[in-house]
Amino acid sequence: MSFVQHLEKLPEHRSPLLDRFRHLLSGAQPLETLAAEAAQLTRRHFGHTMRLFAPLYVSNECVNICKYCGFSRDNPILRVTLDLDQVEAEARYLVQEGFRSILIVAGEHPKFVSESYLEDCIKRLRRLVPSVSLEVGPMETEQYRPLVQAGADGLIVYQETYHPATYAELHVAGPKKDFAWRLECPERAAAAGFRRIGIGALLGLAPWQEEVLALAAHTEYLLKHCWKSFVTVSFPRLRPAAGEFQPQVHLTDHEFTRLICAFRICFPQIGLVMSTREPARLRDGLAPLGITLMSAGAHTEPGGYTGAGRENLHRTEKGKVLPTIQSEGEFATEQFAVSDNRPAAAVVSRLKQLGFDPVWKDWDHALAET
Amino acid sequence: MSSILSLPNQPWEIAGRKFQSRLFVGTGKFASPLDMKNALTASGCELVTVALRRADLSGREDPSADILSHLDKEKYLLVPNTSGAMNAEEAVRLARLAAAAGLPKWIKLEIHPDPRYLLPDPIETLKATEILVREGFTILPYINADPVLAKRLEEAGAAVVMPLGSPIGSNRGLETRGQLQIIIEQATVPVIIDAGLGSPAHAAEALELGASAVLVNTAIAIAKDPSRMAVSFAAAVEAGRAAYEMGLPQPRAHASATSPLTGFLDR
Repeated sequence: MSFVQHLEKLPEHRSPLLDRFRHLLSGAQPLETLAAEAAQLTRRHFGHTMRLFAPLYVSNECVNICKYCGFSRDNPILRVTLDLDQVEAEARYLVQEGFRSILIVAGEHPKFVSESYLEDCIKRLRRLVPSVSLEVGPMETEQYRPLVQAGADGLIVYQETYHPATYAELHVAGPKKDFAWRLECPERAAAAGFRRIGIGALLGLAPWQEEVLALAAHTEYLLKHCWKSFVTVSFPRLRPAAGEFQPQVHLTDHEFTRLICAFRICFPQIGLVMSTREPARLRDGLAPLGITLMSAGAHTEPGGYTGAGRENLHRTEKGKVLPTIQSEGEFATEQFAVSDNRPAAAVVSRLKQLGFDPVWKDWDHALAET
Repeated sequence: MSSILSLPNQPWEIAGRKFQSRLFVGTGKFASPLDMKNALTASGCELVTVALRRADLSGREDPSADILSHLDKEKYLLVPNTSGAMNAEEAVRLARLAAAAGLPKWIKLEIHPDPRYLLPDPIETLKATEILVREGFTILPYINADPVLAKRLEEAGAAVVMPLGSPIGSNRGLETRGQLQIIIEQATVPVIIDAGLGSPAHAAEALELGASAVLVNTAIAIAKDPSRMAVSFAAAVEAGRAAYEMGLPQPRAHASATSPLTGFLDR
C-alpha cells in the first residue's frame, strides 16, 4: 500500500504517534513547555550544530499552471534556464560564501529542464561541493537512478497540499495536476537510492491543522517504508509571488512555533528545515526549537547570485515567448520573495551568538561514490 | 595524563598502543571548536573520534570543513569514524581516503543504514572489518550488543569491540546490560562500551561491569558546561575501574546471616 491509500484512510487511522501529534497541536499544553521539550530533544540528537545549505535555481521555465506559484506558466514573468557554465558560476559564488551543500531547484519543463540537463548540473556541482540535492518535477524511479549515480544525495518534493479537492482547484494544468503521482514521489525517490528525502506542505493553501496532520502521517509512513532514507520536513508558509495569489488560510507565528515543536517532539531524529521565507527574528527564535537545516543569503531566481544568464532572459505569457526586450539590469523573476535577506556570513555570525556551531560540510564524496 | 581521583592506574593497551585513560571522547555536537577543545582537555582522554563526513580529506585546508585543524594530533590519537556509511563498500572507501590523507590507520567503523536510530549494520560491519584488517588498519567496530557478532569480529581481527549501551543520543545508559556482560565475559580483546551513556553513573557502571573503556560524545557535548561534564565522566570512569579491580560483591536477592549452614564449624 503506497501512501496514497494510507492518506485516504487517514481520518480513521489512529496511530499513537498521530494522536500525540494532534494533542500537541491542540493547545492543551503551554507553548513554553513544548518548546523546552523540543529544544532538549533537538540538542540530544543533533547537538549544538546547524547545517547550512543554499538553493541554486537553475531554471524558472515551467509547464504547470499552479495558482499560487510565481513560476506558473500563465504568469508573464522573465524566465531563463542557466547553461552549465552559468550554473557553475552561481555554484562557485556559493562555495565562496562557505556552502558545501547545494539544492538545485527548477520549474518543471520537459525541454528546458530535461533529465540529461539535471544530470549534467549535478556532475558539475559535485566537482565543487560534496552534497547536491534536487527540488524538481517528480520522476519515475528509473529516471531518478542516473541522477543518484551522478552524485545527487537528496530529493525534495513538497506535496503543496494534502487535500485532494484543494489540490485539484489549485493545479490547473500540466503534469503537476496528478495528485497521486506527486504524493508517491518520495517513495520512488527512496527506491532510486536518494539518501535524503525531503517533504513539506505549503502552508496557506488549505486548513492548516488538517494539512499538518497529513504531513505528520506522511512522515510516519516514510520512516517505516523508506527506512534507509534520512527524512527532512519543511514548513514553507506562502509568501508574496508573481500572480499575487492570496493565502486562504493564515498560520500565526505562535501556531507555526507550536507546529515545529510538535514535529520535533513526535519525530526526534528527523531533519527540520527553515528557509529564508521566514523573517530573521523568527528564524533566530525557532533555531533552538527543532530546526536542524537552514538556508542563508538565498535567491529564488535563476542567476540571482551572480547575474548569470541575464543575457538570455525572455518574457513569456501563457507559455508563449514574447519578443526579447532590453533587460539590462533586470533579473529573472523569483519564485517567491524571501524574507530573511541577511547574507550568509551574517546568519552564521548570529547562529554562533545563539550557541550553534554552523556546519557547512556534513557529507563526503566517498559516500555513495559512483 | 594525570588521574582525576589520584587512584592507582595501570596502563592498558589496544593493538600495542598504551593508554592511561579509559575515557574516549567523540567530537560531534559541540557548540564550538573552543568548547570541544576545552572539554577534551578536561576529560584527560587520549583518543578522540571524528566523523570523516565533517572533515576535509582533500588536503586543501577547506575552511568550511576545518574540524581536524582544531584537534591536536600530538596530544590525541585521532580515530576517524565512518558515520554516514550505509555499507561496507562506503566505509572501506572512507577509511582508505582517511589513510591517504595522512590520518592514523585506526578506524572506528560506524555503518548505519538507518539514519534515524543510527543502529549499526552487523553484516556490513563484519565485511568491512575483514577487508580493512587485511589492509593493515586497526579496527574499532561499533556494534549492537551482540555477543556472537563480537566473537566473529575478534576472529576477523578487530582490535576491540564497541558494543552500544543504548542507541546514540538516547541517554538510556546500559539498556543492553545483560548482553554486555556476556560480551565482556567472552572477549579476548578490549571491550569499549559506546553510545547512550547519558550520565557519569552510566560510565562508572560500564567500567564496574568490566569494560576496558567507554566512549562518550553527546552527554559531554550538550552539557551546560561540557568541560565540567568531561571531568565528571573521567572521575566516574576512574572510580568504576578502581571498583572493578578491587572486586565488587555480587548483589543478593535476600539478606543472609554470615554462615547459617557452616557456622557450627567455628563453635
